[in-house]
Amino acid sequence: MNFRFRSYYIYAAVVIIGLVYILRLLEIQVLDDKYSLIAEKISLRKQTIYPQRGLILDRNKKLMVYNEPVYDLMLSVPIKLHDIDTSEFCRLVEIERTEFDTRLEKAKKTAYHGKSIFMKNVSNVIFARLQERLYEYKGFFFEIRQDRNYKYNSSSHVLGYLGEITRNDLESQEESYYEQGDFMGKNGIEKFYEEYLRGVKGERYFYVDKFGVNKGVYQEGKLDVDPKDGRNLYLSLDIDLQQYGEGLLDNKMGSVVALDPNTGEILALISSPFFDPANFNIQNRSKHYAKALRDPTKPMFNRAVSAPYPPGSTFKPIMALIGLQDGAIYPETHFGCPGYYRLGRRIIKCHGHTFSTSLERSIATSCNTYYCNTFKAMMQSDKYANTEAAYNSWRNYLESFGLGNELGVDVSGEFKGWLKEASFYDRMHGKGSWNYARIISLSFGQGELGMTPIQMANIAAIIANRGHYYTPHVVHHIEGVNEIPEKYRVKHRTMISPNTFDPVIRGMLMVNENGTASGVSIKGINIAGKTGTVQNPHGKNHAAYMAFAPAENPRIAIAVIVEEAGYGATWAAPIANLMIEHYLKPDSVEVSSRTYLETRLREANLIPEKFKQKSVTTPNAN
Amino acid sequence: MQTKSRIDIIATFLFVCIAILGISSVYSATSEFGVFSLFEGRSGKQMMFLGIAIFIGLIFLLLNSNFFEIFSWPIYGAIMLLLVAVLFVGSDINGARSWIKIGSFSIQPAEFAKYGTAFAISSLLSTIGFSFSKKSDILKLAVVILLPMGLIILQGDTGSALVFSSFILVFYREGLSPLLLVLGISIIAIFVITLIYGSLVFSVAMIVILAVFFAFTYTNKKILIPSILIIILTILLSLSVQFLFDNVLQDHQKKRIQVTLNLIEDNQGAGYNVNQSKIAIGSGGWSGKGFLNGSHTKGDFIPEQATDFIFCTIGEEGGWIVSSSAILLFVLLILRLYHMANRAKKKYKRVFIFSLASILFFHLTINVGMTIGIMPVIGIPLPFISYGGSSILSFTVFMFTALKMDASRDEDLTSEY
Repeated sequence: MNFRFRSYYIYAAVVIIGLVYILRLLEIQVLDDKYSLIAEKISLRKQTIYPQRGLILDRNKKLMVYNEPVYDLMLSVPIKLHDIDTSEFCRLVEIERTEFDTRLEKAKKTAYHGKSIFMKNVSNVIFARLQERLYEYKGFFFEIRQDRNYKYNSSSHVLGYLGEITRNDLESQEESYYEQGDFMGKNGIEKFYEEYLRGVKGERYFYVDKFGVNKGVYQEGKLDVDPKDGRNLYLSLDIDLQQYGEGLLDNKMGSVVALDPNTGEILALISSPFFDPANFNIQNRSKHYAKALRDPTKPMFNRAVSAPYPPGSTFKPIMALIGLQDGAIYPETHFGCPGYYRLGRRIIKCHGHTFSTSLERSIATSCNTYYCNTFKAMMQSDKYANTEAAYNSWRNYLESFGLGNELGVDVSGEFKGWLKEASFYDRMHGKGSWNYARIISLSFGQGELGMTPIQMANIAAIIANRGHYYTPHVVHHIEGVNEIPEKYRVKHRTMISPNTFDPVIRGMLMVNENGTASGVSIKGINIAGKTGTVQNPHGKNHAAYMAFAPAENPRIAIAVIVEEAGYGATWAAPIANLMIEHYLKPDSVEVSSRTYLETRLREANLIPEKFKQKSVTTPNAN
Repeated sequence: MQTKSRIDIIATFLFVCIAILGISSVYSATSEFGVFSLFEGRSGKQMMFLGIAIFIGLIFLLLNSNFFEIFSWPIYGAIMLLLVAVLFVGSDINGARSWIKIGSFSIQPAEFAKYGTAFAISSLLSTIGFSFSKKSDILKLAVVILLPMGLIILQGDTGSALVFSSFILVFYREGLSPLLLVLGISIIAIFVITLIYGSLVFSVAMIVILAVFFAFTYTNKKILIPSILIIILTILLSLSVQFLFDNVLQDHQKKRIQVTLNLIEDNQGAGYNVNQSKIAIGSGGWSGKGFLNGSHTKGDFIPEQATDFIFCTIGEEGGWIVSSSAILLFVLLILRLYHMANRAKKKYKRVFIFSLASILFFHLTINVGMTIGIMPVIGIPLPFISYGGSSILSFTVFMFTALKMDASRDEDLTSEY
């Protein structure tokens, strides 16, 4: 019997199997791209190359903030530790075996993008030691990122700090630039100018084997992107002036803001006590953060932009300007002052000075009566239908001075201050049933009025400029960028016409010549200033002072608050005047009177007793 | 009579192509970038074994064409002795006692057993008077096949033992009733359907089929009774498969089968190899990632990728073009060998060459099938391609023996069917 025909069935089977397999290959290789994607996910790794973050320098190009590498010890995912000498590894990274296990467990749970953090912020020493033996520990690798370090223990509130991106930030970002674990500016300049400072991350693609070991570059680096370094940022701060002021505010709670009135540039912005910025970089923050939060003197709180203080008598020049502009008073107006202002049965005390007071003298001697009269005249003016209308007008003037709203500065934590709407008094006293007498303390800067030091400094700049200001800002220029943001180049005009300022400025000059601050005046510089002593229901009065100089061609405007210190003339005015001198005449020969003043201020400890015992930090330790 | 040796050029050419593909694949699967050259490491060894095998093959070509026919039983006997020896002096590798160490090399007698068995079967089937209807002949045949299978199963290498089932094709060609083949396929079908849908669904389906069948043929009482019997038998078989699967098979065996049938996904455990293998091949695309550029191959993600899973490297680096060409080469070689078998004038030669073709067919089906996820993972090599001295040596020598038998076909006078 011939069974040859049966071979043909077998031929057919061979051909069918061949066809089925070739079609199956067509399906998984060509038609279905699932496998290519999975293969890339498994064996392709992206390494992020972090750029150098932009440096931060002061207006005189002095380096303030630079970069320092931090090393994160990473694990490749899937984590398959193979034949590694665990005890030797533990010795190299200086951890116990149990810690190794817990870190490994955690790493397994927190993996993302093919990697997981085993140990953050490894020290330079461990990095150097482990790096050269890393080939023995397959799956481990280092990721290098840039942390910040600081040339000066200064300006922490301006500079801000970096932090790891939060889940919220990650989810809300528009351009999906950041990845989990990235650092970004969290506060201060680092946050405001993050986009310029951060640069652009680079990427390297490479293959890994099943242990996560690099097996070579992907497609000759076709997809690789070089990182672009961040732009250097020049601040308007004068680090000499800043540090000088910080020294004067040592052991005090308070704030100084100094501006260049011509541009709105912030020359110095101090909030005391402050913290060492180096303590708040990525590597050190965890050690210091909680302690700083507990400190009752609130070193984290940026008083310069966040704390509203009633301006006290420093408000009088503003009240004078509004009165003049509104026609409540004239430059020649005199009011008699018997040493008090009588309001029905209430008496508002004044200081000892001559009976008949001119506008200029009222500023120089800080006469309360003069401003009570001015305020009354305005509130009761025929121009206005009622007190509410007059109050709204007064409030509009103040808003044009930048009060009651955030200025829009590039410093974190800005507060708008307190400037009440008329409705506030309606609620307090009843609609239409309040008049000037209820709110008269506003006329000399008390009551429901609060200014942040930067608002106060801005008002000094407005007076120096005779009616206009530029929004204060701390950016001087950004490398490679032609202009700073537009909002810092716009001239804001107040409602006060320029020629109204002369008598007020004359009065402010008299403050230093023969008025309240004459004891701390600086020879050779015409400083126009105004002292203030702010009533504080919680303790001693706050000392306040605002000034600008030189009066004939102002280059610096300044505001100083020293909390619970007493008279503005005693504590705030000398700090401001010394700083003005330091800025305008940096090379002036030290005179003994000045040295005495400096020493007196530096050595004074005005931290209230109630905080001293509890205070755990010595903020200016080094 | 004038005799002339005529080596079949087509088969030789296909063999050479496949062998070259094999060496380059092994080189790619085992080399790291620039770590060693083609002539070192595993690809070097592979070439060495191929060289030895070709050398032996060339000697075979010079032998008298009756040599093998005369020495069929001694060759079979010698290899059976090796299979016994390995049980006593063999070394354990990967849980199987399949290797005999000789110096720095290990040989795997199971790889040579197919070769030896082919001789014995050729001899047995070409005995004058042999018939599949004679019980004594069937018994002899069973002993010749079951002896090496049993010994190999004892070594713990089930995969290699299964290869012997490819001889069924030879028997079918030589006159074995196709019922056996149909029966085998039916059992496999019942097995698969039961595992996928369960024995209950299977039983209901069979009863429905019977009812439909009855509706059309109720007048024909002759067919009715046997069909009912067959249906009852299949249902019983299905139930026993379910029982066998649930109670007899070990967990890892169950999982392998379930993964192949897509019943469970276990990409980290039993399905890891197949999953990684599919990913490697699937990521090759049209034209592959380029020679030595397979990221999955280089990443060492696939276990046994130079041996049983060598097809991954071809699929990943050569893409669809090269991997389907490889299958085409095998298909052509197998068909050519079947053709050579059929043109042989002696039954002995026909059976022998037919055996080689069928064994290659089985290996191709199982090996490539498992890498693309349509066959269960059974650890057998891809002939001429997978790394492994014994496999290369035995298949190449097998090939050359077949070539020699074919070349000397004109010496044979009679034509037997």
